[in-house]
Amino acid sequence: MRIVVVGASLAGLRAAQALRAAGHEDEVVVIGDEARRPYTRPPLSKELLVGDHTVEQCDFPSDEVDVEWRLGAAAVGLDRTAREVVLEDGARVAYDRVIVATGCRARRWTGPGAELEGLHTLRDLDDALRLRAALTDGRPRVAVVGAGFVGAEVASTARRLGLDVSLIDVAPHPLLPLGPVLGGRTGGMHRERGVDLRLATGVKGFEGDERGRVRAVTLADGSLVEADVVVVALGAIPNTDWLAGSGLTLDPGLVCDATLTSVDDPDVLGAGDVVSWPHPLADDETIRVEHWTNAAEQGAAAARNALAPPAERTPYRAAPYFWSDQYDTKIQAVGLPGRAERIELVEESPEGDRLVAVGVRDGRVVAAIAFNAVRRLAWYRRQLADPPAFESLLAAVAEDPRSLGVPAGVAR
Amino acid sequence: MKVHVDMNLCQAHGECVFAAPDVFELHDDDSLTWVEEVGEDRRAEVEQAAQVCPMMAIKLEG
Repeated sequence: MRIVVVGASLAGLRAAQALRAAGHEDEVVVIGDEARRPYTRPPLSKELLVGDHTVEQCDFPSDEVDVEWRLGAAAVGLDRTAREVVLEDGARVAYDRVIVATGCRARRWTGPGAELEGLHTLRDLDDALRLRAALTDGRPRVAVVGAGFVGAEVASTARRLGLDVSLIDVAPHPLLPLGPVLGGRTGGMHRERGVDLRLATGVKGFEGDERGRVRAVTLADGSLVEADVVVVALGAIPNTDWLAGSGLTLDPGLVCDATLTSVDDPDVLGAGDVVSWPHPLADDETIRVEHWTNAAEQGAAAARNALAPPAERTPYRAAPYFWSDQYDTKIQAVGLPGRAERIELVEESPEGDRLVAVGVRDGRVVAAIAFNAVRRLAWYRRQLADPPAFESLLAAVAEDPRSLGVPAGVAR
Repeated sequence: MKVHVDMNLCQAHGECVFAAPDVFELHDDDSLTWVEEVGEDRRAEVEQAAQVCPMMAIKLEG
Protein backbone atom coordinates (compact mmCIF):
# COMPACT_ATOMS: atom_id res chain seq x y z
CA MET A 1 0.00 0.00 0.00
CA ARG A 2 1.54 3.25 -1.18
CA ILE A 3 0.89 6.17 1.15
CA VAL A 4 1.38 9.75 0.05
CA VAL A 5 1.62 12.52 2.63
CA VAL A 6 0.93 15.95 1.21
CA GLY A 7 2.62 18.59 3.36
CA ALA A 8 6.15 18.41 4.74
CA SER A 9 5.84 20.30 7.98
CA LEU A 10 5.24 18.95 11.48
CA ALA A 11 2.04 16.98 10.79
CA GLY A 12 3.47 15.46 7.61
CA LEU A 13 6.74 14.54 9.30
CA ARG A 14 5.03 12.93 12.29
CA ALA A 15 2.75 11.03 9.91
CA ALA A 16 5.74 9.67 8.00
CA GLN A 17 7.51 8.67 11.21
CA ALA A 18 4.40 6.98 12.60
CA LEU A 19 3.89 4.97 9.41
CA ARG A 20 7.38 3.52 9.78
CA ALA A 21 7.03 3.09 13.55
CA ALA A 22 3.85 1.07 12.92
CA GLY A 23 5.84 -1.27 10.68
CA HIS A 24 4.60 -0.04 7.30
CA GLU A 25 7.21 -1.24 4.82
CA ASP A 26 5.72 -0.13 1.50
CA GLU A 27 6.40 3.17 -0.20
CA VAL A 28 5.84 6.46 1.60
CA VAL A 29 6.14 9.72 -0.34
CA VAL A 30 6.15 13.11 1.40
CA ILE A 31 5.34 16.09 -0.81
CA GLY A 32 6.23 19.64 0.24
CA ASP A 33 6.02 23.03 -1.47
CA GLU A 34 9.10 24.39 0.31
CA ALA A 35 12.49 23.08 -0.79
CA ARG A 36 13.55 22.53 2.84
CA ARG A 37 13.13 19.48 5.05
CA PRO A 38 10.61 19.94 7.91
CA TYR A 39 11.39 22.53 10.56
CA THR A 40 9.65 23.72 13.71
CA ARG A 41 7.80 27.02 13.49
CA PRO A 42 7.30 28.33 17.05
CA PRO A 43 10.82 29.87 17.15
CA LEU A 44 10.07 31.88 13.98
CA SER A 45 8.29 34.57 15.99
CA LYS A 46 10.67 34.34 18.95
CA GLU A 47 14.11 32.69 19.21
CA LEU A 48 14.92 32.79 15.49
CA LEU A 49 13.51 36.28 15.03
CA VAL A 50 15.51 37.70 17.93
CA GLY A 51 18.68 35.89 16.83
CA ASP A 52 19.02 33.35 19.68
CA HIS A 53 18.44 30.37 17.38
CA THR A 54 19.99 29.58 14.02
CA VAL A 55 18.05 28.18 11.08
CA GLU A 56 19.65 24.78 11.73
CA GLN A 57 18.32 24.75 15.29
CA CYS A 58 14.80 24.88 13.84
CA ASP A 59 15.30 21.78 11.69
CA PHE A 60 13.55 18.61 12.83
CA PRO A 61 15.77 15.56 12.78
CA SER A 62 14.51 13.85 9.60
CA ASP A 63 17.52 12.05 8.10
CA GLU A 64 16.58 8.73 9.67
CA VAL A 65 13.04 8.85 8.26
CA ASP A 66 13.03 6.37 5.40
CA VAL A 67 10.63 8.02 2.94
CA GLU A 68 10.81 9.59 -0.51
CA TRP A 69 10.87 13.37 -0.15
CA ARG A 70 9.32 15.31 -3.05
CA LEU A 71 10.20 18.83 -1.98
CA GLY A 72 9.99 22.15 -3.81
CA ALA A 73 6.84 21.43 -5.81
CA ALA A 74 3.40 22.17 -4.35
CA ALA A 75 0.45 19.85 -4.85
CA VAL A 76 -2.08 21.56 -7.11
CA GLY A 77 -4.72 18.88 -7.40
CA LEU A 78 -6.08 15.58 -6.13
CA ASP A 79 -7.44 13.28 -8.83
CA ARG A 80 -9.47 10.75 -6.84
CA THR A 81 -10.53 8.83 -9.94
CA ALA A 82 -6.96 8.17 -11.06
CA ARG A 83 -5.83 8.15 -7.37
CA GLU A 84 -3.04 10.62 -8.03
CA VAL A 85 -1.74 13.79 -6.44
CA VAL A 86 -0.95 16.38 -9.13
CA LEU A 87 2.10 18.58 -8.56
CA GLU A 88 2.73 22.08 -9.91
CA ASP A 89 5.58 20.80 -12.08
CA GLY A 90 3.14 18.48 -13.82
CA ALA A 91 4.22 15.30 -12.06
CA ARG A 92 1.51 12.91 -10.84
CA VAL A 93 2.12 10.85 -7.71
CA ALA A 94 0.01 7.71 -7.37
CA TYR A 95 -1.45 6.80 -3.97
CA ASP A 96 -3.45 4.08 -2.30
CA ARG A 97 -4.06 6.29 0.70
CA VAL A 98 -3.28 9.98 1.03
CA ILE A 99 -2.78 12.07 4.17
CA VAL A 100 -3.55 15.76 3.69
CA ALA A 101 -1.27 17.86 5.90
CA THR A 102 -0.96 21.09 3.90
CA GLY A 103 -1.43 23.41 6.88
CA CYS A 104 -2.34 27.06 6.61
CA ARG A 105 -0.96 30.21 5.08
CA ALA A 106 -0.94 33.71 6.54
CA ARG A 107 -3.91 35.90 5.69
CA ARG A 108 -2.60 38.88 3.74
CA TRP A 109 -3.72 42.49 3.71
CA THR A 110 -5.66 43.22 0.53
CA GLY A 111 -6.86 46.77 1.30
CA PRO A 112 -5.29 50.14 0.50
CA GLY A 113 -1.49 50.04 0.49
CA ALA A 114 -1.24 46.27 -0.01
CA GLU A 115 1.37 46.80 -2.76
CA LEU A 116 3.79 48.73 -0.52
CA GLU A 117 7.24 47.46 0.34
CA GLY A 118 7.78 46.82 4.04
CA LEU A 119 4.60 44.82 4.69
CA HIS A 120 5.35 41.41 6.17
CA THR A 121 3.46 38.28 7.12
CA LEU A 122 4.98 35.51 9.21
CA ARG A 123 4.36 31.87 8.45
CA ASP A 124 7.42 30.12 7.05
CA LEU A 125 11.16 30.31 7.47
CA ASP A 126 11.70 32.66 4.52
CA ASP A 127 9.12 35.06 6.00
CA ALA A 128 10.97 34.97 9.32
CA LEU A 129 14.38 35.60 7.73
CA ARG A 130 12.99 38.50 5.68
CA LEU A 131 11.38 39.98 8.78
CA ARG A 132 14.55 39.49 10.82
CA ALA A 133 16.56 41.29 8.15
CA ALA A 134 14.07 44.17 8.19
CA LEU A 135 14.04 44.41 12.00
CA THR A 136 17.83 44.47 12.23
CA ASP A 137 18.38 47.00 9.42
CA GLY A 138 18.96 50.20 11.41
CA ARG A 139 16.30 51.02 13.96
CA PRO A 140 12.95 50.68 12.20
CA ARG A 141 9.67 51.67 13.80
CA VAL A 142 7.49 48.59 13.87
CA ALA A 143 3.72 48.33 13.62
CA VAL A 144 2.06 44.98 14.23
CA VAL A 145 -1.46 44.69 12.89
CA GLY A 146 -3.35 42.02 14.80
CA ALA A 147 -2.79 41.28 18.49
CA GLY A 148 -3.39 37.54 18.35
CA PHE A 149 -0.69 35.07 19.38
CA VAL A 150 1.65 35.67 16.43
CA GLY A 151 1.21 39.46 16.54
CA ALA A 152 1.70 39.69 20.31
CA GLU A 153 4.81 37.47 20.14
CA VAL A 154 6.31 39.53 17.32
CA ALA A 155 5.65 42.71 19.33
CA SER A 156 7.38 41.14 22.33
CA THR A 157 10.37 40.09 20.19
CA ALA A 158 10.66 43.50 18.55
CA ARG A 159 10.76 45.11 22.02
CA ARG A 160 13.53 42.69 22.99
CA LEU A 161 15.41 44.03 19.97
CA GLY A 162 14.94 47.50 21.45
CA LEU A 163 12.62 48.75 18.72
CA ASP A 164 9.66 51.13 18.98
CA VAL A 165 6.55 49.00 18.54
CA SER A 166 2.87 49.72 18.00
CA LEU A 167 0.43 46.84 18.41
CA ILE A 168 -2.90 47.43 16.71
CA ASP A 169 -6.13 45.46 16.89
CA VAL A 170 -9.80 46.09 16.25
CA ALA A 171 -10.58 44.04 19.39
CA PRO A 172 -10.64 45.76 22.83
CA HIS A 173 -7.76 43.60 24.12
CA PRO A 174 -5.01 41.31 22.80
CA LEU A 175 -5.48 37.51 22.54
CA LEU A 176 -9.23 37.74 21.94
CA PRO A 177 -10.05 34.05 22.66
CA LEU A 178 -8.62 34.35 26.18
CA GLY A 179 -11.30 36.86 27.20
CA PRO A 180 -11.14 40.38 28.66
CA VAL A 181 -9.44 39.57 32.01
CA LEU A 182 -6.44 37.66 30.63
CA GLY A 183 -6.42 39.74 27.45
CA GLY A 184 -6.39 42.87 29.58
CA ARG A 185 -3.46 41.55 31.59
CA THR A 186 -1.60 40.72 28.42
CA GLY A 187 -2.27 44.22 27.16
CA GLY A 188 -0.92 45.59 30.45
CA MET A 189 2.20 43.46 30.02
CA HIS A 190 2.87 44.97 26.58
CA ARG A 191 2.14 48.50 27.78
CA GLU A 192 4.55 48.11 30.73
CA ARG A 193 7.26 47.01 28.30
CA GLY A 194 6.75 50.16 26.27
CA VAL A 195 4.51 48.94 23.44
CA ASP A 196 2.19 51.57 21.98
CA LEU A 197 -1.13 49.69 22.15
CA ARG A 198 -3.85 50.80 19.75
CA LEU A 199 -6.92 48.78 20.59
CA ALA A 200 -10.57 48.82 19.53
CA THR A 201 -9.64 50.45 16.26
CA GLY A 202 -9.42 48.90 12.83
CA VAL A 203 -6.86 49.57 10.12
CA LYS A 204 -7.99 51.61 7.09
CA GLY A 205 -4.82 51.10 5.11
CA PHE A 206 -1.14 51.89 4.72
CA GLU A 207 0.56 55.02 3.40
CA GLY A 208 3.76 54.89 1.41
CA ASP A 209 6.54 57.30 0.56
CA GLU A 210 7.56 58.33 -2.96
CA ARG A 211 9.68 55.17 -3.32
CA GLY A 212 6.73 52.92 -2.60
CA ARG A 213 7.87 52.01 0.91
CA VAL A 214 5.39 51.90 3.78
CA ARG A 215 5.68 54.88 6.14
CA ALA A 216 2.47 54.78 8.20
CA VAL A 217 -0.62 52.83 9.15
CA THR A 218 -3.90 54.74 8.89
CA LEU A 219 -6.40 53.72 11.53
CA ALA A 220 -10.18 53.76 11.32
CA ASP A 221 -10.33 56.41 14.07
CA GLY A 222 -8.43 58.76 11.77
CA SER A 223 -5.09 58.54 13.58
CA LEU A 224 -1.79 57.67 11.97
CA VAL A 225 0.90 55.29 13.27
CA GLU A 226 4.29 55.88 11.67
CA ALA A 227 6.10 52.67 10.78
CA ASP A 228 8.97 51.46 8.60
CA VAL A 229 8.14 47.78 9.08
CA VAL A 230 4.57 46.47 9.26
CA VAL A 231 3.76 42.94 10.34
CA VAL A 232 0.30 41.85 9.24
CA ALA A 233 -0.78 39.17 11.73
CA LEU A 234 -4.42 38.65 10.84
CA GLY A 235 -4.64 34.90 11.21
CA ALA A 236 -4.31 32.00 8.82
CA ILE A 237 -6.23 30.34 6.02
CA PRO A 238 -6.19 26.56 5.46
CA ASN A 239 -4.33 25.44 2.34
CA THR A 240 -7.13 23.56 0.63
CA ASP A 241 -7.28 25.46 -2.68
CA TRP A 242 -5.53 22.51 -4.30
CA LEU A 243 -8.45 20.29 -3.26
CA ALA A 244 -11.10 22.56 -4.83
CA GLY A 245 -11.82 20.25 -7.76
CA SER A 246 -11.50 17.01 -5.80
CA GLY A 247 -15.11 16.73 -4.67
CA LEU A 248 -14.02 16.59 -1.02
CA THR A 249 -16.03 18.65 1.47
CA LEU A 250 -14.15 21.80 2.50
CA ASP A 251 -15.30 24.30 5.13
CA PRO A 252 -12.62 25.68 4.15
CA GLY A 253 -10.66 23.05 6.14
CA LEU A 254 -10.77 19.43 4.98
CA VAL A 255 -13.88 18.08 6.69
CA CYS A 256 -13.14 14.77 8.42
CA ASP A 257 -14.88 12.44 10.84
CA ALA A 258 -13.66 11.73 14.37
CA THR A 259 -10.97 9.40 13.01
CA LEU A 260 -9.45 12.14 10.80
CA THR A 261 -10.85 10.42 7.72
CA SER A 262 -12.43 12.58 5.01
CA VAL A 263 -16.23 12.41 5.24
CA ASP A 264 -16.25 11.70 1.50
CA ASP A 265 -13.45 9.21 0.97
CA PRO A 266 -12.00 6.56 3.31
CA ASP A 267 -8.68 6.69 1.44
CA VAL A 268 -8.18 10.38 2.24
CA LEU A 269 -7.16 11.36 5.77
CA GLY A 270 -6.03 14.66 7.23
CA ALA A 271 -3.75 15.99 9.96
CA GLY A 272 -2.90 19.34 11.48
CA ASP A 273 -4.09 22.90 10.87
CA VAL A 274 -5.90 21.95 7.68
CA VAL A 275 -8.39 19.54 9.29
CA SER A 276 -11.92 20.23 10.50
CA TRP A 277 -13.07 17.36 12.69
CA PRO A 278 -15.72 16.82 15.35
CA HIS A 279 -14.45 17.19 18.92
CA PRO A 280 -16.17 16.06 22.14
CA LEU A 281 -15.24 19.32 23.92
CA ALA A 282 -17.12 21.14 21.15
CA ASP A 283 -20.22 18.93 21.56
CA ASP A 284 -19.01 17.07 18.47
CA GLU A 285 -19.19 20.12 16.27
CA THR A 286 -16.23 20.41 13.91
CA ILE A 287 -13.25 22.49 14.98
CA ARG A 288 -9.95 23.42 13.39
CA VAL A 289 -6.89 23.78 15.61
CA GLU A 290 -3.80 25.70 14.51
CA HIS A 291 -1.35 24.60 17.19
CA TRP A 292 1.95 22.72 17.26
CA THR A 293 0.91 19.81 19.47
CA ASN A 294 -2.26 19.17 17.50
CA ALA A 295 -0.23 18.89 14.29
CA ALA A 296 2.29 16.55 15.94
CA GLU A 297 -0.31 14.25 17.48
CA GLN A 298 -2.74 14.27 14.55
CA GLY A 299 0.05 13.45 12.12
CA ALA A 300 0.77 10.27 14.05
CA ALA A 301 -2.92 9.48 14.63
CA ALA A 302 -3.85 9.93 10.95
CA ALA A 303 -0.94 7.69 9.94
CA ARG A 304 -2.02 4.88 12.25
CA ASN A 305 -5.59 5.21 10.97
CA ALA A 306 -4.42 5.25 7.34
CA LEU A 307 -2.96 1.78 7.89
CA ALA A 308 -6.23 0.45 9.29
CA PRO A 309 -9.45 -0.41 7.47
CA PRO A 310 -12.09 2.33 8.02
CA ALA A 311 -14.08 0.33 10.60
CA GLU A 312 -11.01 -0.13 12.82
CA ARG A 313 -9.85 3.48 12.97
CA THR A 314 -9.57 5.30 16.30
CA PRO A 315 -11.08 8.71 17.05
CA TYR A 316 -8.68 11.56 17.82
CA ARG A 317 -10.08 13.40 20.83
CA ALA A 318 -7.15 14.90 22.75
CA ALA A 319 -7.85 18.30 24.31
CA PRO A 320 -5.85 20.85 22.29
CA TYR A 321 -2.77 22.31 24.02
CA PHE A 322 -0.99 25.51 23.05
CA TRP A 323 1.40 28.04 24.48
CA SER A 324 2.71 31.51 23.85
CA ASP A 325 5.84 33.19 25.23
CA GLN A 326 5.67 36.92 25.72
CA TYR A 327 8.38 38.73 27.72
CA ASP A 328 8.84 36.63 30.88
CA THR A 329 5.34 35.16 30.84
CA LYS A 330 4.60 31.69 29.55
CA ILE A 331 0.96 31.42 28.60
CA GLN A 332 -0.27 27.83 28.29
CA ALA A 333 -3.75 26.62 27.56
CA VAL A 334 -5.64 23.38 27.15
CA GLY A 335 -9.09 22.84 25.72
CA LEU A 336 -11.07 25.28 23.62
CA PRO A 337 -10.93 28.81 25.12
CA GLY A 338 -12.40 30.22 21.91
CA ARG A 339 -15.64 28.31 22.53
CA ALA A 340 -16.04 29.48 26.12
CA GLU A 341 -18.85 31.92 26.89
CA ARG A 342 -16.77 33.39 29.69
CA ILE A 343 -13.25 33.06 31.08
CA GLU A 344 -13.05 33.03 34.91
CA LEU A 345 -9.93 33.57 36.99
CA VAL A 346 -9.79 30.71 39.53
CA GLU A 347 -6.32 30.82 41.11
CA GLU A 348 -3.68 33.46 41.43
CA SER A 349 -0.46 33.79 43.39
CA PRO A 350 -0.33 36.66 45.93
CA GLU A 351 2.31 38.35 43.75
CA GLY A 352 -0.04 38.18 40.77
CA ASP A 353 2.61 36.70 38.47
CA ARG A 354 1.10 33.21 38.26
CA LEU A 355 -2.53 32.38 37.62
CA VAL A 356 -4.99 29.90 36.21
CA ALA A 357 -8.30 30.73 34.55
CA VAL A 358 -10.92 28.46 33.05
CA GLY A 359 -13.24 28.81 30.09
CA VAL A 360 -16.88 27.94 30.79
CA ARG A 361 -19.62 27.02 28.35
CA ASP A 362 -23.10 25.88 29.38
CA GLY A 363 -21.83 25.67 32.95
CA ARG A 364 -19.09 23.21 32.00
CA VAL A 365 -15.34 23.78 31.95
CA VAL A 366 -14.05 23.56 28.34
CA ALA A 367 -10.63 25.20 28.71
CA ALA A 368 -7.94 26.14 31.21
CA ILE A 369 -5.34 28.85 30.75
CA ALA A 370 -2.24 29.31 32.90
CA PHE A 371 0.24 32.15 33.17
CA ASN A 372 3.57 30.78 34.49
CA ALA A 373 1.87 27.79 36.15
CA VAL A 374 2.46 24.65 34.11
CA ARG A 375 2.31 22.31 37.08
CA ARG A 376 -1.15 23.56 38.02
CA LEU A 377 -2.29 23.37 34.43
CA ALA A 378 -1.50 19.65 34.37
CA TRP A 379 -4.19 19.10 37.01
CA TYR A 380 -6.77 21.05 34.98
CA ARG A 381 -5.80 19.17 31.87
CA ARG A 382 -6.71 15.89 33.51
CA GLN A 383 -10.12 17.31 34.48
CA LEU A 384 -10.86 18.10 30.84
CA ALA A 385 -10.97 14.41 29.96
CA ASP A 386 -14.40 14.48 31.60
CA PRO A 387 -15.27 18.20 31.72
CA PRO A 388 -16.56 19.11 35.20
CA ALA A 389 -19.23 21.66 36.07
CA PHE A 390 -17.66 25.02 36.88
CA GLU A 391 -19.00 24.97 40.47
CA SER A 392 -17.56 21.54 41.27
CA LEU A 393 -14.20 22.54 39.80
CA LEU A 394 -14.20 25.64 42.01
CA ALA A 395 -14.94 23.50 45.06
CA ALA A 396 -12.08 21.13 44.19
CA VAL A 397 -9.67 24.05 43.74
CA ALA A 398 -10.75 25.58 47.08
CA GLU A 399 -9.75 22.37 48.86
CA ASP A 400 -6.50 21.86 46.96
CA PRO A 401 -3.45 22.82 49.05
CA ARG A 402 -1.48 23.26 45.83
CA SER A 403 -3.79 26.02 44.58
CA LEU A 404 -1.91 29.24 43.90
CA GLY A 405 -4.44 31.15 46.03
CA VAL A 406 -7.70 33.03 45.70
CA PRO A 407 -7.47 35.72 43.03
CA ALA A 408 -7.46 39.27 44.40
CA GLY A 409 -10.84 40.96 44.12
CA VAL A 410 -12.72 37.69 43.64
CA ALA A 411 -15.29 36.98 46.36
CA ARG A 412 -15.22 33.26 47.09
CA MET B 1 17.18 2.71 27.14
CA LYS B 2 18.65 6.00 28.37
CA VAL B 3 16.62 9.20 28.50
CA HIS B 4 18.36 12.57 28.12
CA VAL B 5 16.66 15.94 28.46
CA ASP B 6 18.56 19.02 27.36
CA MET B 7 17.65 21.42 30.15
CA ASN B 8 18.94 24.34 28.08
CA LEU B 9 16.08 23.64 25.70
CA CYS B 10 13.39 22.49 28.16
CA GLN B 11 10.72 25.13 28.77
CA ALA B 12 8.52 23.02 31.03
CA HIS B 13 5.65 22.54 28.60
CA GLY B 14 4.78 19.38 30.48
CA GLU B 15 3.95 17.41 27.35
CA CYS B 16 6.35 14.62 28.35
CA VAL B 17 4.63 14.31 31.73
CA PHE B 18 1.38 13.65 29.92
CA ALA B 19 2.90 11.16 27.53
CA ALA B 20 4.98 9.26 30.10
CA PRO B 21 3.82 10.13 33.64
CA ASP B 22 5.98 7.41 35.26
CA VAL B 23 9.14 8.72 33.64
CA PHE B 24 8.85 12.51 33.74
CA GLU B 25 7.73 14.64 36.66
CA LEU B 26 7.10 18.36 37.03
CA HIS B 27 7.58 19.93 40.43
CA ASP B 28 5.94 22.83 42.22
CA ASP B 29 8.57 25.25 40.97
CA ASP B 30 7.83 23.97 37.43
CA SER B 31 11.21 22.23 37.22
CA LEU B 32 11.44 18.82 35.53
CA THR B 33 12.97 15.56 36.75
CA TRP B 34 12.98 12.23 34.94
CA VAL B 35 14.05 8.59 35.19
CA GLU B 36 17.32 8.29 33.27
CA GLU B 37 17.25 4.56 32.63
CA VAL B 38 13.94 3.00 31.60
CA GLY B 39 12.94 -0.52 30.61
CA GLU B 40 11.59 -1.76 27.27
CA ASP B 41 8.05 -1.67 28.66
CA ARG B 42 8.28 2.13 28.72
CA ARG B 43 9.69 2.52 25.21
CA ALA B 44 6.46 3.46 23.45
CA GLU B 45 5.49 6.15 25.94
CA VAL B 46 8.99 7.62 26.13
CA GLU B 47 9.19 7.78 22.33
CA GLN B 48 5.79 9.49 22.36
CA ALA B 49 7.13 11.99 24.93
CA ALA B 50 10.11 12.78 22.68
CA GLN B 51 7.81 13.30 19.70
CA VAL B 52 5.47 15.71 21.45
CA CYS B 53 8.17 17.80 23.12
CA PRO B 54 7.80 21.19 21.42
CA MET B 55 11.42 22.03 22.19
CA MET B 56 12.84 18.72 20.84
CA ALA B 57 14.71 18.52 24.15
CA ILE B 58 14.30 14.76 24.75
CA LYS B 59 16.86 12.38 23.27
CA LEU B 60 16.71 8.61 23.61
CA GLU B 61 19.62 6.24 23.45
CA GLY B 62 19.56 2.48 23.08
